[in-house]
Amino acid sequence: MAKVKKKVKSIKIDLDKCNGCRACEMICSAFHANPKYSSNNPARSRIRLIRDPIRDVYLPVYAGEYTAAECMGRDKYVIDGKEYSECDFCRASCPSRDAFKEPDSGLPLKCDMCEDDPAQEKPLCVKWCLNDALIYEEREEEVEEEVKLGEMEVGLESLVDKYGLQKVTDTVARMSKKS
Amino acid sequence: MRYAETGYHLEIDLSRGNVERVETDPKLTELHLGGLGTNAKLLWDRVPPETDPFSPDNLLIFGTGLLCGTPAVGANRTIVSTFSPQTLFMAYSMMGGFWAPELKYAGYDKVIFRGKSPNLIYVWINNDKVEIRDASHLKGKGAVETAELIKQELKDPNVQVAAIGLAGENRVYMASIEQGRSSASRQGVGAVMGDKGIKAIAVRGTKDVNIARPAEFLERCNDVLKYIQHRAENPIKNVEPIFEGLGSPQEMKLIDEKWHTTGFMWGNARARRKDYWTKDVEEKWKETQESMRTRLISCYNCPMKCGAIISVPGISTYMMKCYSKLTYTMAAYSDLDFGFRIAQRATDYGVDGFSAPQTMAFALELYEAGILTDQDMPGMPPDTEGRFYWLLDRIVRREGIGDVLANGTYWAAKQIGKGAEDYAHNNIKKHEQLPLKLGMLNPVYFLMYCTGEKANITQIEGQFPQEPFPKREQREEFVKDWIQVPDEKFKQYFLDWEPRGDNSNPHYPTAQMSCEIVDWMEKMHYIDDALGVCAGLSSFPLKPPYHIHNYPAFISAATGIDMDEAGLTQVYRRNRNLIRSVNVRRGLRRADEKPPEDHWKKRFPELEEKLLDAYYQFKGWNKEGIPTQETLKELDLAYVAEDLEQRGIIKNG
Ligand code: SF4
Ligand code: SF4
Ligand code: SF4
Repeated sequence: MAKVKKKVKSIKIDLDKCNGCRACEMICSAFHANPKYSSNNPARSRIRLIRDPIRDVYLPVYAGEYTAAECMGRDKYVIDGKEYSECDFCRASCPSRDAFKEPDSGLPLKCDMCEDDPAQEKPLCVKWCLNDALIYEEREEEVEEEVKLGEMEVGLESLVDKYGLQKVTDTVARMSKKS
Repeated sequence: MRYAETGYHLEIDLSRGNVERVETDPKLTELHLGGLGTNAKLLWDRVPPETDPFSPDNLLIFGTGLLCGTPAVGANRTIVSTFSPQTLFMAYSMMGGFWAPELKYAGYDKVIFRGKSPNLIYVWINNDKVEIRDASHLKGKGAVETAELIKQELKDPNVQVAAIGLAGENRVYMASIEQGRSSASRQGVGAVMGDKGIKAIAVRGTKDVNIARPAEFLERCNDVLKYIQHRAENPIKNVEPIFEGLGSPQEMKLIDEKWHTTGFMWGNARARRKDYWTKDVEEKWKETQESMRTRLISCYNCPMKCGAIISVPGISTYMMKCYSKLTYTMAAYSDLDFGFRIAQRATDYGVDGFSAPQTMAFALELYEAGILTDQDMPGMPPDTEGRFYWLLDRIVRREGIGDVLANGTYWAAKQIGKGAEDYAHNNIKKHEQLPLKLGMLNPVYFLMYCTGEKANITQIEGQFPQEPFPKREQREEFVKDWIQVPDEKFKQYFLDWEPRGDNSNPHYPTAQMSCEIVDWMEKMHYIDDALGVCAGLSSFPLKPPYHIHNYPAFISAATGIDMDEAGLTQVYRRNRNLIRSVNVRRGLRRADEKPPEDHWKKRFPELEEKLLDAYYQFKGWNKEGIPTQETLKELDLAYVAEDLEQRGIIKNG
């Protein structure tokens, strides 16, 4: 397959530099207001500062994919003597908590890297984090050109992996007769 | 739609258990902005001047500044106003942290308490849902511990809690209201909270705060961020490290404490130790600070790091800011290790880091002098550090001699008698001051000490350097990028100010110049306190990002109110005169306006009278420091003039 160049956007998070100011939350919500900056509300932001000062827990987390069901387990991590719940690091908009959901509608929120037209020079949360706890990095990566699968194909593929192609086709045929 | 503000107050009558959400009059925002300005208006309108601070009729107001919760950097102040049991005048103690923005997001600009609850309660404000909850299980708990317990109880780590400790519950005059890394410490606001039976106020908000002209507003915010970075890269030259940068004094970051430890007074504001700061001390303090300071932290939406998480091995973690690092240490002639340790207990008890250590040092002086005896201090340990803990434990419980000391040095001295008054020597308007004693009278500082409505030098000083720079070239360099001056003439005042000779203290700056300088500095504080912007980014440090030239644009863009420099100055004068009138109505007069007797060695009684006369005149006040009819009328305060006239405090015409 042919090689292609792909732009990878990433944000490096340095927990030691975070002063807990929540400017990232504030400005993310303001940027996504309509019209831009016309209001702000950290509860709508796509980054969350998990903050527990007395235990020195300062952990900015970005909103990722929506998930319909919460995890079964609740594992714990101990890092530098501080205990974190697995959920602390999780980016999902998940039924177990109110982070990464619109406070009024409950619709999931996801970090879009401040996609804008014209493009922002860097994501707003990074710009407002003067302490450099959030550092924006862009790099080009050579990747193999792949046929990008649609969402349904991803799902079907996993079913085929599990049950075999024959069983999946039979099931689909049976379902289509029923309806 | 209301912009920057929410347009609602939460009114809670504790005697009746009644909670109401009340819409406010937008006209008052135009007249007073918010925060301190509208707090003062409420106290003027609703609390008769004869009201005792511990009467159910006294109000306790938690006001947010107008810009709190907007993207304005560092706009996070809660202004707590009430009548002070300590000074008997209006109290307005401020705290940073996270509480004020959270209240805005919950949909309120202020919480106003009246009445008293028969049992200890806490208030839980969750957007539109407001509950008065039983707090009997929190009785006697530390302020820090209380906040943690409430967060657990409410199962929400994002709740912001303002709480009192044992000191507030027992109505100790120096009781503070603690809120994580911040506290409203001065003037006994914690005692009034305890008197009303409020252990804590927990807030969570998930609503929007709106901006009238968003693009314009954001541009202003970006300018401020840029300027903060510029100042970080360009510290001010020719000044002590403490004056180089922005923020509250950077006590948590800086190790070098030469300026404070050798310049300020130890014990009961008594002894200067010019040789204290040695290499050995520096090394030891460095080790202490670096081993106990877990992280440098900020308030809401601020890139500075004025606070710290302090973890002393073996005792609970707490948060600290600024100067409380040194007040216990120096009052007890001890070291930083002791300072960090006792401050943990003091923070959980919830006491003011200025008044508490000073009162304890005062008690020990009285003991040395034989005015307090072993009978008053049964079982007190022999060492100073042990005695400080012993006294602190008794003060916050009002036990034995602690009951007397709990009222602060002024009232305690009166009660003890036997010459104790001479030891309560560092007060203004009955309130303990920074432990600072100097040589030559400084006319600018004289006026600030005398007339500051809050009796707290750090809440009025800031924009003009404290001392002249030795060399003209240094002064020339300083004024080059001094964009914050309201008028070019201030540069000249500073250029011509010399350490010695004709143009030096006490006769230079002249009376007129001193009036103008003080008025400028005070103006910036009043604007900050109405907007809720931290003084650490505005009125307090030299060359700050916010100043009189850019503030009007912030206010206009945020609120949609048309504001220019003249208009903003007018708001300042209105708020200033309203607060003065609130206090005048409670008896404030010229005789109350003086610095501690021994603040300067060299005093000039005649000059001082002249300065005060000039300043009162400059302000539009009469010889007693009372605003005149004309002054009040010009500021839309005719109703104030009328009231003062009816009471016979001012004459018509
Ligand atoms: S803006 Fe930066 S320093 Fe502030 S909370 Fe977010 S990550 Fe931490
Ligand atoms: S990158 Fe943009 S969208 Fe994502 S969290 Fe930061 S500000 Fe929000
Ligand atoms: S400058 Fe310091 S005290 Fe002021 S808001 Fe920022 S962190 Fe808080």
